[in-house]
Amino acid sequence: MSKITFPFGPQHPVLPEAIQLSLTCEDEKVVEVLPVIGYMHRGIEKAAERNPYVNNVFLCERICGICSFIHALSYCQLMEELMQVEVPPRARYLRVVWSELSRMHSHLLWLGLLADSFGFESLFMQCWRARETVLDALEMTTGQRVVQSSCVIGGVRRDINADQARQLREMLAGVKAQIDAVLPVFQKDYTIKARTVGKGVLPKDQAWKLGAVGPTLRASGWAWDCRSLGYAAYGELGFEPVVENDGDSYARTMVRARELVQSYELVLRALDALPEGPLAAKIKGVPPKGEAIMRTEQPRGELFEYARGNGTPRLERLKIRTPTFANIPALLAMLPGCEIADVPVIVLSIDPCIACLER
Amino acid sequence: MMGLITKSRIKSPWIVHYCCGSCNGCDIELLACLTPLYDVERFGILNIGNPKHADLLVVTGPVNKRNERVLLNLYHQMPEPRVVVAVGACACTGGIFYNCYNVLGGIDKVIPVDVYVPGCAARPEAIIDGIVMALDKLAKIK
Repeated sequence: MSKITFPFGPQHPVLPEAIQLSLTCEDEKVVEVLPVIGYMHRGIEKAAERNPYVNNVFLCERICGICSFIHALSYCQLMEELMQVEVPPRARYLRVVWSELSRMHSHLLWLGLLADSFGFESLFMQCWRARETVLDALEMTTGQRVVQSSCVIGGVRRDINADQARQLREMLAGVKAQIDAVLPVFQKDYTIKARTVGKGVLPKDQAWKLGAVGPTLRASGWAWDCRSLGYAAYGELGFEPVVENDGDSYARTMVRARELVQSYELVLRALDALPEGPLAAKIKGVPPKGEAIMRTEQPRGELFEYARGNGTPRLERLKIRTPTFANIPALLAMLPGCEIADVPVIVLSIDPCIACLER
Repeated sequence: MMGLITKSRIKSPWIVHYCCGSCNGCDIELLACLTPLYDVERFGILNIGNPKHADLLVVTGPVNKRNERVLLNLYHQMPEPRVVVAVGACACTGGIFYNCYNVLGGIDKVIPVDVYVPGCAARPEAIIDGIVMALDKLAKIK
């Protein structure tokens, strides 16, 4: 049988974003995969050196519109570490609330896209219906649906008052009911299992060796979650990583499904424990000087940032290693040997965010 | 006969979506338009993957040196009459990425744009409004 090479992307119905995978196939089996990237590269790291460090919060938020709050949070925490700013406790708890709401909307979005990738249209609609309520909650508390702009260096920009907190709980109770209706379908449905169980297996040792992060790594049996580091208020909220052991697409789905419920509980716990106090610390003194790193957990995995400042308002270097970038080698190891029809499902199972990947 | 074709085109326009280099914010808002809350299928709007079947090209994000060719290809593969909707600040002017080295600017640097939808990220209501405006333009193309 002769081999044939054809492109998957950059414009493909399954992927909302532009990436190309060059698939070499033998009959219906994929034998080799090469990623062709650069379609969405903007050069954000370089642009961050040109802007004043305060403005970079807005730039970092727009690395990715799905996990934008956590991008801003990482950058703010990085600058706070460089400038030794103490963040007030209320701001730390509010950051957890918005981080977890972002995670909820991201995971619901992903569950919907997964359902869409194997043609389960009504499940896609149900997931996105639940997601709309989360977006309404974000809009009520921050003023924006997807790019929230509520994190600033030193704290947060907006408050959640008692009335909003009550409304938020009501909205989340509605979301929880919808999640409870949707998740059993992912867990038990015959067609979903047929399309995900045993597809795109990533063994435990290989997951570690290839540097996978986030749900992709946790589905292969590693309890590795940056929220365990206890940044923001995670250290005070009793956080335990979600782990599955099979390493296939189904396990990755289950990790995200359980994280969705976990995020819901974390939001409620953070709202219960919300301390009183100011929203942001005053920034004074010299602009960032020296080097620092920051690791945070995005819906897709570990985000790593490095910055070097020289005491001027502009940074010398900002390096952002995004989770999808770390998961691409793992994806390339999963694909060979699978059927062409399974490619979209396996590609989606790492929750690729190409805007993050290429920055 | 042409009148009938134009009428059916306006009653059920098909969209092809291409993400040039946006941050995903506008892409997911565009997808949200298809879901139960906004439900653009009530206007007969379908999002399809094939440019050869599409009447509307909806583009998000700024154009860069690498995807310029892809965008032009998509545009030329669409049968006439066609209209182009630029969704979001980046697709209109380059937005926050205006000074990035790899960004050429708004998509009107590469293809003609009929409707601009501003916003960062553009709200689903704004996107639907933009698409309905584009339909007016589509109806007037002879």
